[in-house]
Amino acid sequence: MSDPKIEGYEFKPGFSGMAADTASDQTMFKGVHWGKAMMWIFLLSDTFIFSCFLISYMKGRGSTPVEWPNPSEVFGLHVFGVDVPLLLIAIMTFVLITSSGTMALAVKYGYEKNRKMCGWLILATAIGGLTFVGMQAFEWSKLIHEGVRPWENPFGAPQFGSFFFMITGFHGTHVSIGVIFLFIYAYKTFAGHYDEQKRGWFTSIRGDYVEIEILGLYWHFVDLVWVFIFAFFYLW
Amino acid sequence: MSEDFKDSKAIQAQSSETISSGAGSSSPDLDYVRPAEVGDQDLYHGHSFITKWVFCQDAKVIGVQYFCLATFTGIIGLILSWLMRLQLGYPEAAGFMTAEHYYQFVTMHGMIMVVYFLTALFLGGFGNYLIPLMVGARDMVFPYLNMVSFWMFFVAVGVLLASFFVPGGPTGSGWTLYPPQAILEGTPGSGMGIILMCVSLILFVAGFTMGGLNYLITVLQARTRGMTLMRMPLTVWGIFTATVLAMLAFPALLVGSLMMMLDKLLGTSFFMPTILKAGEVLEYGGGSPILFQHLFWFFGHPEVYIVALPAFGIISDLISVHSRKNIFGYRMMVWAIVIIGALSFFVWAHHMYVSGMNPWFGFFFATTTLIIAVPTAMKVYNWILTLWRGNIRMNTVMLWCLGFIVTFVNGGITGIFLGNVSVDVPLSDTYFVIAHFHMVMGIAPLMVIMGAVYHWFPLVTGKFLSEKLGKWHFWLTFLGAYSIYFPMHYLGFIGVPRRYFEMYDSPYMTSAVGMNEFISTAAFIVGAAQFILIYNIIKSLKIGKAAGKNPWQANSLEWLTPTVPPEHGNWGDRLPVVHRWAYDYSVPGAKEDFITQTTPPSEVTDSKVEKT
Repeated sequence: MSDPKIEGYEFKPGFSGMAADTASDQTMFKGVHWGKAMMWIFLLSDTFIFSCFLISYMKGRGSTPVEWPNPSEVFGLHVFGVDVPLLLIAIMTFVLITSSGTMALAVKYGYEKNRKMCGWLILATAIGGLTFVGMQAFEWSKLIHEGVRPWENPFGAPQFGSFFFMITGFHGTHVSIGVIFLFIYAYKTFAGHYDEQKRGWFTSIRGDYVEIEILGLYWHFVDLVWVFIFAFFYLW
Repeated sequence: MSEDFKDSKAIQAQSSETISSGAGSSSPDLDYVRPAEVGDQDLYHGHSFITKWVFCQDAKVIGVQYFCLATFTGIIGLILSWLMRLQLGYPEAAGFMTAEHYYQFVTMHGMIMVVYFLTALFLGGFGNYLIPLMVGARDMVFPYLNMVSFWMFFVAVGVLLASFFVPGGPTGSGWTLYPPQAILEGTPGSGMGIILMCVSLILFVAGFTMGGLNYLITVLQARTRGMTLMRMPLTVWGIFTATVLAMLAFPALLVGSLMMMLDKLLGTSFFMPTILKAGEVLEYGGGSPILFQHLFWFFGHPEVYIVALPAFGIISDLISVHSRKNIFGYRMMVWAIVIIGALSFFVWAHHMYVSGMNPWFGFFFATTTLIIAVPTAMKVYNWILTLWRGNIRMNTVMLWCLGFIVTFVNGGITGIFLGNVSVDVPLSDTYFVIAHFHMVMGIAPLMVIMGAVYHWFPLVTGKFLSEKLGKWHFWLTFLGAYSIYFPMHYLGFIGVPRRYFEMYDSPYMTSAVGMNEFISTAAFIVGAAQFILIYNIIKSLKIGKAAGKNPWQANSLEWLTPTVPPEHGNWGDRLPVVHRWAYDYSVPGAKEDFITQTTPPSEVTDSKVEKT
């Protein structure tokens, strides 16, 4: 990564130079698109939401008097006569992380104005996300079948069900919203809205390939959050 | 839709020249400001009534919308406080009110005033109106999102007020909504009331996030040429820092509300311990009520500064303009705002001393709480030093500023009492606490709002507010507010508990009866006095004195628009170029006692301006 070139502005060296660059006029983050800066700050705020959820989970798990269920048993799958712990989760995580890869490639092809490749990769990302949500629905229904509810849990502490459904549900909502936007963006890419700088349907802002990177930021964030949820729920 | 746009090339900023060029200035190098980094903003201009005044994307209109709706909810909060005071002062006259009603009024008064009135008014109202104008932007960076933000707030207020009309009424659990009582039978509004409250808060947070992103990115990325961070007016600094706090604190409220809603609706036990009720064990069990308190106060304490920091910023500007002096210690003021904001995330458990905690935690939170007094005191000294030997205009705005300093110091000092664990424990849940937080985050920010209304009304409408009515308004409010809250400190010392519907015949509180009557009478008068402002606004809109351009002779950009009131796009066809900070008042050697931010250095070569 190299510094962006700003007409008439020289970046200054060292820490004091960094302070001067930050406090300079017009923009704090030189050359950063408004929408991109917005997404970063939104994600910071969203990080606090998920942190609150996960800290509440730790506190809830610590304060309940009933024993916490063993995740490798609860989340295990019985395949071909063998009990495999965490099989489904491993596949889900793999799919989601892979979709982050396709998203990154879509951003690259977007900036290269390669409309077709960009569109297909966004579509691949959307399908990856959809697969993830589908597998999550499968996992939810399996647990519900086995009697786990937000208010009760045959395997141990009822708080397990409460936190599990709430936090994975909140994350799943994030993924679903992302999937919806990915499909919309895939359509807009194929239809050439970014090449023609067509105005947005609601916002009336001119289309630009930077929008794909902004959505990409969101998508990578959702994946990153999943890694934490994975660690806290399935590995702890 | 494209016909709604002006040809954007026509309003492109002239990037290589400064505003003074063509005025025959002597040295162009002196006035050089580097060219614009980004092209001019492409704005959506509404043509119909709906797109111009209802679903409007102009930050100024959105600001006024926020202001009006917040004021409307604030008046409801005011009426609720009247009803509470009627019960406390003259219970025989309040026969229509049951204890349940009283608790509901307490709860709704608190929540409305803190979140839906003060937060919405400072950030949504003043933030939207002033940020783009003060940093020299054409509008907020995401006008559509900004519009949605307001209408989300509108829906949140609608849901909140709807809870008055559902079976069981609004929640009566106190504005802190502590579980388990908030959602258990026996607490008023434990059915639909608390659910609507949680839904409304979640909507508010969602709406606020949209607005907040706008304020932050406008300040960070859309300043005009020459507007460095350390040239921004303190109003912008205050609102900016408060928005950062809000973006990081509201998530905790959102999570807390959501979890409480699930406890109520789905029967989860996030916050619910095992509970015995009339000999029977309830379905709940294993949750932690303290967890909610942590989530709530992790939001709740920064919330105090979300209200206070914009007030600090605005008051600094008002004092500077109306005492014709630069703000004393500008950089110190900026850093104080930032430090107060950062510290406010490390003090939340001082609201929970009586909830029980490890003594070392109490020690930690007491220490951080008292440390906040340092930057806050610096700000107070700086305001006073700004006034010192200033050319003070004793107008209504200045009266509100002085009133603010007095009430804020007063409320701040009682805060030092309450920040100490050993002093707080006996005073907790008494009227001393009520007096403290009403002084410091009720009356003090309200004084700033009033000062700001009298100050910026000429900008928004082009008319002055009546000074005579303004002075009546001020003195009634100021003296009345002291009549209300000063005696409450005493009530707290003799141990009168807060949130009690009536005091019964307690032999050691006889002196509280007469005092409660006095406080209630004062509260009725002060409440009524606020309608002087509304009358003043309506009257001045019709027959007020025309203000013209820059009536206060201020320096900051909002007064320098080509048209007053500013129109959509703010700056006509050329963005302003900034050469200095906003506080060059009474500079030695200058022709006038103010040098606007857009005045190029070549025009003031004889005066001793500071380099900013």
